[in-house]
Amino acid sequence: MSATLFDAAAAARGWRPPPLVASPVLRYAIYLGALAYAALAIGTIEVNWTRAAEGLDRGLRFVSGFFPPDFTSKRSDIVEGLLESLTMTVVSTVIGVALSIPVAVGGARNLAPLPIYLACRGIIALSRTFQEIIVAIVFVAMVGFGPLAGMLTLSFATIGFMAKLIAEDIEDIAEEQAEAVRATGASWFQLLAWGILPQVRPRLIGLSAYRLDINFRESAVLGLVGAGGIGDTLNTSFDRYEFDTAAAVLLIIIVIVLAAEYSSSWIRRKVQ
Amino acid sequence: MPVTTAADGLPDWRRRTPRASLAVWAGWLAALALTIACFEFISNRTIWDFVWDAPTQGADLIERMFPPAWTYAGVLWKPMWDTINIATLGTVLAVVVGFPMAFLAAHNTTPSVLFVRPVMLFLIVSSRSINSLIWALILVIVFGPGMLAGILAIGLRSVGFVAKLTYEAIEEIDRSQVEAVTATGASGAQVLAWSIVPQIMPAFAGITVFRWDINIREATVLGLVGAGGIGMQLQASINTLAWPQVTMIFVLILGTVAVSEWLSARVRHAVI
Repeated sequence: MSATLFDAAAAARGWRPPPLVASPVLRYAIYLGALAYAALAIGTIEVNWTRAAEGLDRGLRFVSGFFPPDFTSKRSDIVEGLLESLTMTVVSTVIGVALSIPVAVGGARNLAPLPIYLACRGIIALSRTFQEIIVAIVFVAMVGFGPLAGMLTLSFATIGFMAKLIAEDIEDIAEEQAEAVRATGASWFQLLAWGILPQVRPRLIGLSAYRLDINFRESAVLGLVGAGGIGDTLNTSFDRYEFDTAAAVLLIIIVIVLAAEYSSSWIRRKVQ
Repeated sequence: MPVTTAADGLPDWRRRTPRASLAVWAGWLAALALTIACFEFISNRTIWDFVWDAPTQGADLIERMFPPAWTYAGVLWKPMWDTINIATLGTVLAVVVGFPMAFLAAHNTTPSVLFVRPVMLFLIVSSRSINSLIWALILVIVFGPGMLAGILAIGLRSVGFVAKLTYEAIEEIDRSQVEAVTATGASGAQVLAWSIVPQIMPAFAGITVFRWDINIREATVLGLVGAGGIGMQLQASINTLAWPQVTMIFVLILGTVAVSEWLSARVRHAVI
């Protein structure tokens, strides 16, 4: 900026901030590319407007299902689905967190030797790449329909999520404390318990609470592929065009997610 | 740090008072009991014969999945392109709607704390608590199967995400810059454009790319409920038990997700 002299012409047309991409050629190339992509992409959407017009009526019926939602006529289905979702959430979070701790320790470069590190990072990458739904399809094929498949799916997804974040946290610890514990002649497990765990505990608790919240949300869709939970109830009610029941299920999901979100952020504030 | 006196008269250091350690144990016991009760519930809804059969089933499944049907890839390019378009256009939609919503929701820029802010927060929560697959389920009823339902589902789910993270960024801005611009006699719109928007732009760009990356993953499964993209092929292949084709689809998804994750990490690294 220091080289810029006062430019009367520029002052007359008003100051402008420097553009994000300095080279004008590249800048316009990006604009053109974005436009071309937009044209191409929007061109691939095929909308059947007569179908959409018919659907509008169904959409209105869906919206009117919210006034009032029907909690009672499929009550036992809703309760069953909800219990499945909640139990699935609890068990999968516990199993997932318990299994993610060894993986996290193995995936931290400052604790684990290279072969173990690579193996654990491999597990983490595998678990994080696949969408829960895809994992659920495989588990349903293996153990059959029902909440067990959902529980296994969520446990599997929890391992990758927790292990990655905890491993990063272990790598970021203050070395001095671990060093001090080592200097007392502590064994490797004592080092973990007294040098590492106290430093990562707040984040471990916070992330577990957050994951509990995520697992509930995910449990609400696993039913679409037969892995049990409230998603099953929701899918059935859509298939039967019982929109007032579907509305009730959606409202219940929103309320539980809201409650889970508030309590998990409260827990995180409390421990961090 | 409670200290008790041991039998030989020396002080015995303990971490917790007896009462506190009892409470901790009771807490662990309660958590364990809850987990076991939840697992019992799931177990009652599981046909264990299928589960004991799972290793055989799994081995059988893997045997049938390999080798992948490489030639099938030729059919998959168009659905994969559709998937990327669903994710990208959905993200664009979410950004266009979510950006103004964030300003209406943020405590320091909202026009009305009493009315507009709560409405926006409610919209954000509803958008976030409903998974994109459920949004897709609803939208397929209205618009019929196809990409449009997928784009809108991704958009509706992402609006809440983008708006929430952006309004949090707006609430954390540096006030002194706002004050400086206000002191020059700038109007409300000018204050917004010259002191708030430049501060949140890097965070906003990061959020957008992050969400795009998530959306690529989600768009791969939207087809399971008929909302376009490669999930439709996945559903068809699973229904016809064409497992080599399923493997091919998984390989393609894995590749796309890896590329999108790499791309989004690079962009986030560049802007933040």
